[in-house]
Amino acid sequence: MATINAGAPSAQGEPTHTLSTSDKPVVNDFSLQVATVNGSGSQSANNVLLRSIFAMGIPVSGKNLFPSNIAGLPTWYTIRASKHGYVARKEDIDLLIAMNPETAQEDIESLRPGTVAIYEEKLNLRQFRDDVICYPVPFDQITAEVCPEARLRKLVRNMVYVGVAAQLLSIDPAVVEESVRRQFSTKKKAADLNWAAVQAGYDFAANSLVKTDPYSVERMHLTEGKIIIDGNAACALGAMFAGVTVVTWYPITPSSSVVEQLIDYLKEYRLEPDGKASFAVVQAEDELAAIGMVLGAGWGGARSMTATSGPGISLMAEFAGLGYFAEIPGVIFDIQRVGPSTGLPTRTLQGDILSTAVLSHGDTKHVLLLPCSVKECFEFGIAAFDLAELLQTPVFVLSDLDLGMNNWMSDRFDYPEKPINRGKVLTAEDLNRLGGFARYKDVDGDGIPYRTLPGTNHPKASYFTRGSGHNAEAKYSERPEDYKGIMDRLAHKFETARTLVPAPQIVANGTSKVGIIAFGTSDYAVLESRDQLKKEYGVATDYLRIRAYPFAKEIHDFVASHDRIYVVEQNRDAQMLSLLKLDLPAEQIVKLRSILHYNGLPIDARSITTQYTQQEEL
Amino acid sequence: MATSSAPTPKVNRLGLQVLDYRGGKTTLCAGCGHNAISERIIDAMYEMGVQPERVMKLSGIGCSSKSPAYFLSRSHSFNSVHGRMPSVATGALLANKNMLGLGVSGDGDTASIGIGQFVHLMRRNLPLIYIIEDNGVYGLTKGQFSATADIGSKLKSGVINDLPPIDTCSLAIELGATFVGRSFSGDKKQLLTMLKAAISHNGTVMLDVISPCVTFNDHEGSTKSYKYMQEHEEAISEAGFVPSFEDISIDYDPGTTYDVEMHDGSHLRLRKLHDDYDPTDRVAAVKALMEAHANGEVLTGVFYIDPHKPAFTDMLNMVDDPLATLSEERTRPSKKVLDEIMAEHS
Repeated sequence: MATINAGAPSAQGEPTHTLSTSDKPVVNDFSLQVATVNGSGSQSANNVLLRSIFAMGIPVSGKNLFPSNIAGLPTWYTIRASKHGYVARKEDIDLLIAMNPETAQEDIESLRPGTVAIYEEKLNLRQFRDDVICYPVPFDQITAEVCPEARLRKLVRNMVYVGVAAQLLSIDPAVVEESVRRQFSTKKKAADLNWAAVQAGYDFAANSLVKTDPYSVERMHLTEGKIIIDGNAACALGAMFAGVTVVTWYPITPSSSVVEQLIDYLKEYRLEPDGKASFAVVQAEDELAAIGMVLGAGWGGARSMTATSGPGISLMAEFAGLGYFAEIPGVIFDIQRVGPSTGLPTRTLQGDILSTAVLSHGDTKHVLLLPCSVKECFEFGIAAFDLAELLQTPVFVLSDLDLGMNNWMSDRFDYPEKPINRGKVLTAEDLNRLGGFARYKDVDGDGIPYRTLPGTNHPKASYFTRGSGHNAEAKYSERPEDYKGIMDRLAHKFETARTLVPAPQIVANGTSKVGIIAFGTSDYAVLESRDQLKKEYGVATDYLRIRAYPFAKEIHDFVASHDRIYVVEQNRDAQMLSLLKLDLPAEQIVKLRSILHYNGLPIDARSITTQYTQQEEL
Repeated sequence: MATSSAPTPKVNRLGLQVLDYRGGKTTLCAGCGHNAISERIIDAMYEMGVQPERVMKLSGIGCSSKSPAYFLSRSHSFNSVHGRMPSVATGALLANKNMLGLGVSGDGDTASIGIGQFVHLMRRNLPLIYIIEDNGVYGLTKGQFSATADIGSKLKSGVINDLPPIDTCSLAIELGATFVGRSFSGDKKQLLTMLKAAISHNGTVMLDVISPCVTFNDHEGSTKSYKYMQEHEEAISEAGFVPSFEDISIDYDPGTTYDVEMHDGSHLRLRKLHDDYDPTDRVAAVKALMEAHANGEVLTGVFYIDPHKPAFTDMLNMVDDPLATLSEERTRPSKKVLDEIMAEHS
């Protein structure tokens, strides 16, 4: 696999052009990191902080960096507020809230000079650094005062830092209160207690801290009409509005919340007036059974799906080949995490691109949809079910942990305009008219045959589905011409798929001889990096974002019209570049170069800019 | 119409001939037990008057799993992957719970590679007739032992099996299957009766049918041969069946015969041939199986039946119509619902 021209994986430590100094106010442009332990309830506090900044009208993103563990290990949550609308991870942080004594020293030692540190007074972190702005806070004491019940203090303590941060950053307390009440909407007592903790933190900061840092929040109006949602919920909503009827799953991080949230939605919105369900959900014994049920249901005529991650995808390989060869619809959401093997289950990677595209033995190819946003999770979630039935094949939606498990700001989702498309299904009436059918015959010249559903009440409706060799009439065959005929038609069907899958988004074209290609969650870092390149180096770049495989014609055209193409992706082996190489003509392949990021953290703009300028020798 | 003197063909209650239940020509070996099982399936479906279009045939991989091509060609069929038919059957029956699911597997397909899915199928009590065509060897790969081969049984090559067999029947009983029995492909009457009762059952029917492999496991020293079965088969009861659409006035002696009313109103009548036989007692059933095994007998008949336990598809509270064909109005919530959800996230 190609790793040509791979640059340095990270640009950590390099001075940035946006480094702020204490004398110049920095408004609505900072990255705040909270270091806590998991299982301490910090997620609620972080959500309140995120929502409060969002409610102040400032574009914001939150990223949870958490361990594969239930309680007691270090967790970091990063909130980035950006008046420019940048929501990618930023390598450098501007404010640290150090709540975890285990990591506090390391956390403060890793800061750039001039960074803000808020921490438990007793940790005395000032001893380690004299070049950061320190705000010691007696968290334990404040917490004990507002929360007499000792067992709740661990949870409430986090709300104190929300108050301290809100005061230091000038976040409107009324907005914070609204966020707290929203977070605990069903529990009035908990809301009151948490709000009291926020207030205590706020009051302490107002009375006892002297602000010397430049960061603040000022009201903007850039989040009006927007929503905050995680990618897994968005996938679940896509599935529900696609009319999913059979859902199977085996729990695996980071995909479990796709199905867990889907179950909640289905129970809320898909029970009929008599209380009966227009769906079935089965927790399978493993991923082999989960995909087996999906294909059984797809064959039986249901709109079926499962959600999984890398290890599950590996297990599904054999069935995926059956789905391709026997031409059975089904949707698989793959929320990618870091492999190989068990890897880093709670970290992000675009690591399943190549293996999923050709998942299974023999000549197998699968349709991949590559959402970059929660809105596309919803839209591609719907499209995946139509495509699976239109093309009669498994369709994989490749999200990732960063998209799936983090909260993202988004425009509201649009209700699907097109009705559900169930593809080429013959009814008993059709069969009366036609006098029969051949299951694997290319009648329309698009490589897509017709099928019937079990239960179709016609003596000529049935056919024999098998993963072994078959002819156009679905009869067993080992004849060379029959096998080749089926394989060539499947290839032709894949060509048809090129024209049906979501076309790439061409963000910029015609401004440069150099183009960038990316997909999925790398989009945000690419957009920011292109601004950096423009601002810092005066370099314009063209940019195309791939949204599906097989590659649409526009992708070929984009490569052909540029001298060099940088393929940005979050894996070690340049998987998308390799997949492009399989599709592009030989003379185009030499144009491809790689910009890679694969340390388990979401890609950041600076890493792209650095690798780009190194390879371009700027 | 050619002549009026042609004999009227025999038809069942649907007006279908036995011909309407046939499949393609078998490609299995002449004398293979599986072919006899296919014949009994045809007979049972015909006699019960099952609409062939209402049946889904499902199988895994192996000689047994090829056999659905040789019966009921008017039924949809899915020859899936090795050992994983249960999951495919589960999905298919969720898509359309009104279908009659018929699964055909083998001893390798079930007891080795497929034991995981087999276990969970039994546990769920999916309404599926699951037939193991059990010959103790892998036929398609030319005669290796399977996990149902008896200890001490001998391959043609002289290799002796030194591991104990998995008894799929006692396993199925323990796991929650609600109709468990064993038969022999050579026992026409018993197998046919059990299959007809199976069609009337709502829940997992697990039938282990000893089906000798004439090519790789029918020799001296095999415990799955025709000869061995003829000498060692021991029926636990004699089964009789009265379908729901027939007169039920035939008398029986409640002292010696169990009458089981099936889900569809048919009656399965099991005349005791063994002391302490009680087909509703799981513990007794497993005990009888273990004792027979210790005595070198191959126990056949219906071991356990529970016609009342809810089937998996009933437990899911699905709408009455098949999920497969629900209209868009029933599966895509309205724009109002999306607006409501969006408002919750704003």
